[in-house]
Amino acid sequence: MSMNQETVVNQTKTKRRPSWFTFDARAYTMIAALLSIWVLFSLLHERFLSPTNISNLFLQMSVTSILAIGMVLVIVAGQIDLSVGSLVGLTGGIAAILNVWYEWNTVPVIIATMAIGAAIGFIQGWIIAYRAVPAFIVTLGGMLIFRGILFGTTGSVTIAPLTPSMKAIGQSYVGDLMGWIFGIASLAVAGYLVMRRRSARAKFGFEVEPFAVSVLRLGVIGALVIGFVYVMNSYKGIPVPFVMVIVLALIFTFISKNTTFGRQIYAIGGNAEAARLSGINIKRRIMLVFVLCNTLAAIAALVLTARLNAATMSSGQNYELDAIAACVIGGTSLMGGTGTIVGAIIGALVMASLDNGMSLMNLESFWQYIVKGGILILAVYADMYTRQRKKV
Amino acid sequence: MTAALEMRNITKQFPGVKALDDVTFSVKKGEVHALCGENGAGKSTLMKVLSGLYPHGTYEGQILINGEEKRFGKIKDAEEAGIAIIYQELALVKELSIGENLFLGKEPAVFGIINWERVFKESERWLKEVGLHDVNPEHPIGALGIGKQQQIEIAKALSKRANILILDEPTAALTEQEVEILLGILREFKERDVTCIYISHKLNEVFDIADTVTVLRDGQTVGTYPIAEVNEDQVISLMVGRELKERFPRMASVPGEVVLKVTDYTVMNPERQGKKVIDNLSFELRKGEILGIAGLMGAGRTELVMSLFGSYGGQSQGTIEIEGKPVKINNTRQAIKAGLALVSEDRKKYGLVLGMDIKSNVSLASLGAISSGGILRPNEEIAAGNHYLRSLRVKANSVETIVGTLSGGNQQKVVLGKWLMTAPKILILDEPTRGIDVGAKFEIYHMMNELIAQGVSILMVSSELPELLGMSHRIMVIAEGKYQGEYAAEEATQELIMTAATGGKGR
Repeated sequence: MSMNQETVVNQTKTKRRPSWFTFDARAYTMIAALLSIWVLFSLLHERFLSPTNISNLFLQMSVTSILAIGMVLVIVAGQIDLSVGSLVGLTGGIAAILNVWYEWNTVPVIIATMAIGAAIGFIQGWIIAYRAVPAFIVTLGGMLIFRGILFGTTGSVTIAPLTPSMKAIGQSYVGDLMGWIFGIASLAVAGYLVMRRRSARAKFGFEVEPFAVSVLRLGVIGALVIGFVYVMNSYKGIPVPFVMVIVLALIFTFISKNTTFGRQIYAIGGNAEAARLSGINIKRRIMLVFVLCNTLAAIAALVLTARLNAATMSSGQNYELDAIAACVIGGTSLMGGTGTIVGAIIGALVMASLDNGMSLMNLESFWQYIVKGGILILAVYADMYTRQRKKV
Repeated sequence: MTAALEMRNITKQFPGVKALDDVTFSVKKGEVHALCGENGAGKSTLMKVLSGLYPHGTYEGQILINGEEKRFGKIKDAEEAGIAIIYQELALVKELSIGENLFLGKEPAVFGIINWERVFKESERWLKEVGLHDVNPEHPIGALGIGKQQQIEIAKALSKRANILILDEPTAALTEQEVEILLGILREFKERDVTCIYISHKLNEVFDIADTVTVLRDGQTVGTYPIAEVNEDQVISLMVGRELKERFPRMASVPGEVVLKVTDYTVMNPERQGKKVIDNLSFELRKGEILGIAGLMGAGRTELVMSLFGSYGGQSQGTIEIEGKPVKINNTRQAIKAGLALVSEDRKKYGLVLGMDIKSNVSLASLGAISSGGILRPNEEIAAGNHYLRSLRVKANSVETIVGTLSGGNQQKVVLGKWLMTAPKILILDEPTRGIDVGAKFEIYHMMNELIAQGVSILMVSSELPELLGMSHRIMVIAEGKYQGEYAAEEATQELIMTAATGGKGR
């Protein structure tokens, strides 16, 4: 009897909490951290918030973001992929060879490059999932092998220049009008989703956030989108690579939240034994995660090669660490089971902002390494601290 | 003569349960003293108090060694007083050599540099003490069989100058010959005035080796008896002698046709070659019936159900027929497809993704049913979650509550919901009410009744005899993986089942 009373008391206690403000506390802290970095740099350097620089910033974050989207899936599944940096180098090299040396057209180059990325993901994933070799080892080996193959096939020379249509992948911008259409369309979609969610929740008897909160939320999103399009348009328009980031982020957010595959990945990372006993084919899922991650690495390679208008020996070096850092800063747990694509993209933006701001201030590059490393540790430290406090 | 060891009025509380209630336990010098009791009677807790794992101050009562009161703050203190405990799961480092294991943590060293000659020379001496004459202490310990590894554990204890040796289920993993060797060593110890506390479910061993037996039941001492004054039946009735005070809502069943037929089923231990965890077992389960599986710890109950469900590592032989058709089950996907569901004994490890919410856990084994073309239909998932939330009376705010924040009973209901959603023909319940409160227990019993009324068959493993007796229609007893007997609910008693489970005469 007393036990029953206790649970009832507990229930009312938790019900009081206004969940629509606290549920995403983590996302808000990340955004707050990002904004404070921006404020800091804009005070230190007047050109940081100029349209030219902001446009650059979003261009620079694109490659890391695309890698981070794939890395989130890998880390959520409780795995790691150290090979994506070298894979960017290798697949970028292959794309440049096909385009420059063999004079392939852009579309076949894109298809071939992505197929090679997928094939490599298949091999790595198969060894990890079906032969039980730890992902750390397989992808560490892959990191060395792919870099080695790049050196061998290209003879260690830079391959340039690309054809104009190939270059466009990384260097072109969406026109002003298209930008506005894009912005307004995404706002309309956001509005539709918010309203649909409200009615779905109401239908199943969940608490629905006050209408004012929904409006406020939409207002903030709207201001951000319109501000973004305006700033981009006052330079050259939205960079195409960033449009790709948005599209990929939407696709993979949908996969992670709304498909059985996505659900199973989170379950495997959260408790692999429980997932196995629920009849989930863990091996096949993990293999597929690596296929996706490495295919995304090939896409990132296309963007990077096109932006640089060249494939170099060192391109993509250490990018795997940037991608992992972006995920972790964005709230993905290395223990597996938790993490979001949006978080990883904000994490990538934090990393890119630090890089961009510091080079704008002409800080020597050693400072960039030290600061980025410090931020990474600080982010996880703060996370652990808040989590421990929550437990008590 | 003062006792070698005396534990006076020991009471140990855990949140919500009294694990030991005024236990008094006295052991004479140089005797083998058996400690008997059902699963959960308090044997292990008592030994943890004695070995310093539960330090002084966390329990009430006194511990006296040779008449002198001791207060153990940590395990090391107990070791210094001459107490050594040898657990069922051996605490050896497989990769290290025998000598290194013997001296682990107390290596003879000068300035941190180990004197290996001394390690191996002294090792030989201790190995001889336990009858291992032809073992090279420089060889890795992993190459030896479990029986010899256990002898090395005993040698390790002796090398720490232990004179009170606690053996916790020492023969659970041993072959018959290995058991004989172990008992031989213990007989020698008697002559050398080493005192042994022998914890075992196997009463034949107890009557073979012990001088005295103490029986615990529900955290209390039932009594201490010279072995010559009692017989096996008496000890069993002392172990189980509690009245069935709880009421169980068992429903009469009209068993239908055979749903599950298991014939000559043998399962091998994946870690020990040649050791069978299930040995040539055959049984049947009928439609709408609850078959209880009884057995003591280590009898192979969990291994049996895990293997049937395709989730046990060891190889299996024999045939499984479901509704008359032979099925081959190599993994859990095939098992679920064949109509099986398993609520495992460890819900946190095997049952739930604690960081996910209720609806995601409930739908985890039936994602195909709430998706089309791999895309989830969230509304149906919520509806399913709500359905089980209500029908199983899970106490939670909504289906979006994170499962890790629920109480044990509610977590167990979520696991049940997950498996009910797969619409199984055969529901396997392994310790379905372990660690949950009385109210939730009864709700689970009622749910079992509803299921058999709907024609589901239930296979229930439980360590709680009253629960098995109260809910099952038939009870099968196994011991060391072998069939010991089968009892209809009307004729089964705790004594009968315990006799069969301890290896006594079954049918």
